[in-house]
Amino acid sequence: MTAKLGLIVNPFAGMGGRVGLKGSDGKETIRRAIALGARPEAPGRAVEALRALGDLASGVDLVTYPYEMGEEEARQAGFSPTVLGSIARGETTPEDTERAARDLREAQVDLLLFVGGDGTARNVCSAIGRELPALGVPAGVKIHSAVYATTPRSAGDLARLVLEGRVGRYQDAEVMDIDEDAFRQGRVSARLYGYLKVPADQAHVQNMKSGRAQGDEAALVAIAEHVIEDMEGQMERLYILGPGTTTKAIKDRLGIAGTLLGVDLVQGKRLVGADVGERDILARTQGVPATVVVTIIGGQGYIFGRGNQQLSPGVLAQVGIGNVLVVATRQKVIDLRGAPLLVDTGDPATDQSLRGYRRIVTGYHDTLVYRVDG
Amino acid sequence: MTARVRKDYQQARWNEPIIYELSLPGSRGVLVPEPEHDVQEAAGDVLARLPEGLRRKELPNLPELSQKHVLAHYLHLSQETLGSNITNDISEGTCTMKYNPRVNEMLVADPHFGELHPDQDEDTVQGMLEIYHRFAGIIREISGMDEVTFQPGGGNHAVYTAASVVRAYWMLKGQLEQRNEIITTIFSHPCDAAAPATAGFKVITLYPDKQGVPDIEALKAAVSEHTAAIFMTNPEDIGIYNPRVDEFVKIVHGVGGLCFYDQANANAFLGVARAREAGFDMCHFNVHKTFGTPHGGEGPANGAFCCTQELSQFLPVPRVEYDGKKYRLNADYPNSIGKVRDFMGTAGVILRAYAWTMMMGADGLRETADISVINNNYMLAKMEGIRGLDYAFRGNGIRRQEQVRYTWEQLKQDTGVGTDDVNNRIADYGIEHYWTSHHPWVIPEPMTLEPCETYSVDDIDEYVAVIRQISDEAYRDPSFVKAAPHVSASHRRSDDAALDDPHKWAVTWRAHLKKTGR
Repeated sequence: MTAKLGLIVNPFAGMGGRVGLKGSDGKETIRRAIALGARPEAPGRAVEALRALGDLASGVDLVTYPYEMGEEEARQAGFSPTVLGSIARGETTPEDTERAARDLREAQVDLLLFVGGDGTARNVCSAIGRELPALGVPAGVKIHSAVYATTPRSAGDLARLVLEGRVGRYQDAEVMDIDEDAFRQGRVSARLYGYLKVPADQAHVQNMKSGRAQGDEAALVAIAEHVIEDMEGQMERLYILGPGTTTKAIKDRLGIAGTLLGVDLVQGKRLVGADVGERDILARTQGVPATVVVTIIGGQGYIFGRGNQQLSPGVLAQVGIGNVLVVATRQKVIDLRGAPLLVDTGDPATDQSLRGYRRIVTGYHDTLVYRVDG
Repeated sequence: MTARVRKDYQQARWNEPIIYELSLPGSRGVLVPEPEHDVQEAAGDVLARLPEGLRRKELPNLPELSQKHVLAHYLHLSQETLGSNITNDISEGTCTMKYNPRVNEMLVADPHFGELHPDQDEDTVQGMLEIYHRFAGIIREISGMDEVTFQPGGGNHAVYTAASVVRAYWMLKGQLEQRNEIITTIFSHPCDAAAPATAGFKVITLYPDKQGVPDIEALKAAVSEHTAAIFMTNPEDIGIYNPRVDEFVKIVHGVGGLCFYDQANANAFLGVARAREAGFDMCHFNVHKTFGTPHGGEGPANGAFCCTQELSQFLPVPRVEYDGKKYRLNADYPNSIGKVRDFMGTAGVILRAYAWTMMMGADGLRETADISVINNNYMLAKMEGIRGLDYAFRGNGIRRQEQVRYTWEQLKQDTGVGTDDVNNRIADYGIEHYWTSHHPWVIPEPMTLEPCETYSVDDIDEYVAVIRQISDEAYRDPSFVKAAPHVSASHRRSDDAALDDPHKWAVTWRAHLKKTGR
């Protein structure tokens, strides 16, 4: 059976960056960018990624969208693509990306390669979620999402492995949603938008490494067992489990219907509150011993302030900084390349109290001592 | 002179089947003739003498081959392996692959040694016990410790013995429940975490600071009244010696914890620094590595575990002792942790190691350390300028010791060729695949090399030249390197995921048949 590669190019991705605009979302921003002399970046990167597939071009069915959304780039890289759908040339929108992703899912591609930034990743995520493997070629201004390879070429290399059937493992990678207006004003206000299923070349996508790493699944189970053992010793304690795949593993192991993107409350190993907000948490933790369980969200190493703003300074003050438990797989910590964990609660005093050396639970009775900075 | 990079190397590649696949029903190595009738009658049912518990219910599933085919099969396989002393083993970082003198093989082949059994009466093995005793004295001198045992079967085993001693110590004090944490570092050998975990402790791992040395501030944050001990390797496997190791000891002692020194990398400091002066309570040596016995093929190995007088009460028994007239085995130690292994240790390794050490002498040991460090730094300097190659914590102000952890991360980014690919290609030059790194791979795309004291300048130059050549190949034609090896016996895995899939991998033929449904 011939391997099928889906391709979506967001032709406007990255155009804001060079001219100093912090993103390319919206027609107005694009107009301003073009007026400032911005030129499309994504097509060139798409071609670079496709070229890394090399001699596979003849043996792979490339399915894509018309003109600048993939067709032109594919031909330039030596492919004879199958073209689906229709677009208004020169005026593509996020809706086109979503439609393209859905069409490629219908076409049952083995891998959906998309070229763009966080916005493009969000569109793909909205359309297909974790239904089929996807991988991003970085070409945007904001690349906070962990679904991207480090370079166009490494994306092409990894895509090649997938199409050759040599990738056995996939993992969930975060798609972040950065408030662009806030970003322009110098504030990073991020929300965890969702997850895509990306190929793991026996390791992480963002650092496409060789060699065999212990599967994340075993590490996640071990972490979950550690936390659950803690719970079993303190059945009256309220556990506030933040968003992320590592905390989700705890929820799964408990067998509760917890959320991936929200904060859930667990007491006596039972779910007592799902996807709760700050106010709920404050109410429920009044006079009740509680532990906040957080993990690292995204590639920059944030444990507070990116995707879990419900765990506010108020919540932390009430629960007590000493009752914060950080969990993460070793691999996630190693991927920080020695950079410290980061906190951005919005309150400098809270941030300061979180700084220093913390224990991160990386397995069953297995912790790593690591630095936290603001 | 120009380094000799091997040209036109070609290794045998037999594509040898599994021996079960060579089985021909009815084939036999020896056809034992049927005894004559009178003989059978006189002997009776000889099988009746076998104890019931030893009798098989079914015939064993042995492959059926003639002697010649068995011989040919294993000769083929032997041609496909690169064993000890056959190739440029600078590859084996952390393994300390030094030359193993052939004369020591003559010693162990001598029946005076070979026909000994440890269950013999003490009076009849005085010579061997004396060798154990004398070698223990040497190890005490090298480490500065008070007592030594050779009972552990290897390095990890000695570390597990240390964890068992720590456990016994706190149990005797009645504080084991409270003292339930052992601290280690991420660049220490993984057994410094695994052995304590197996012994029931919680493990706290320290990350390095910007210099690549364990973060002392992290240690201060990690110690508490729960600290049973610290287990640390120094110099660590990245080749960096922690110059503040004595401060680490003080901090742990400060909370009442014990300190264990993993000295697998002893080649760097023989005759230079001792565990005792650094303040440690316990240490170990990989006897087979540091003291020149053959290894690298899963043994035989030996771990020397050493400790202070205070902790010696917990040592495994029996202990080899001298009463002024005779050598004795003494098991009368009520607080001993018991046995970690049968008998007193891998005697063949001890004999060779003792002979090696006596041949080297104290001066020779110091020379070993000096040359190992010089060799390694020479090699590091020669590696400068090789495209795509760097090393961990470059420019941190600390000279490397006896090994270096390099990284091919730049090469991977530039060409897509990573350490696994370079490693596959190196076999095409008649060189053993190199050691990448223990897990987890903190340093990306790692390559760890150790040119210990028995490698010559030519050996080191050859190795550097091969590495440089492979780097050039990767930039010129990455897909060629990615398809390596081309002329060696090793292969690439055809199914990368299989080794991670418990439904697929099998270490016995029977398991393989079961999982493939045959």
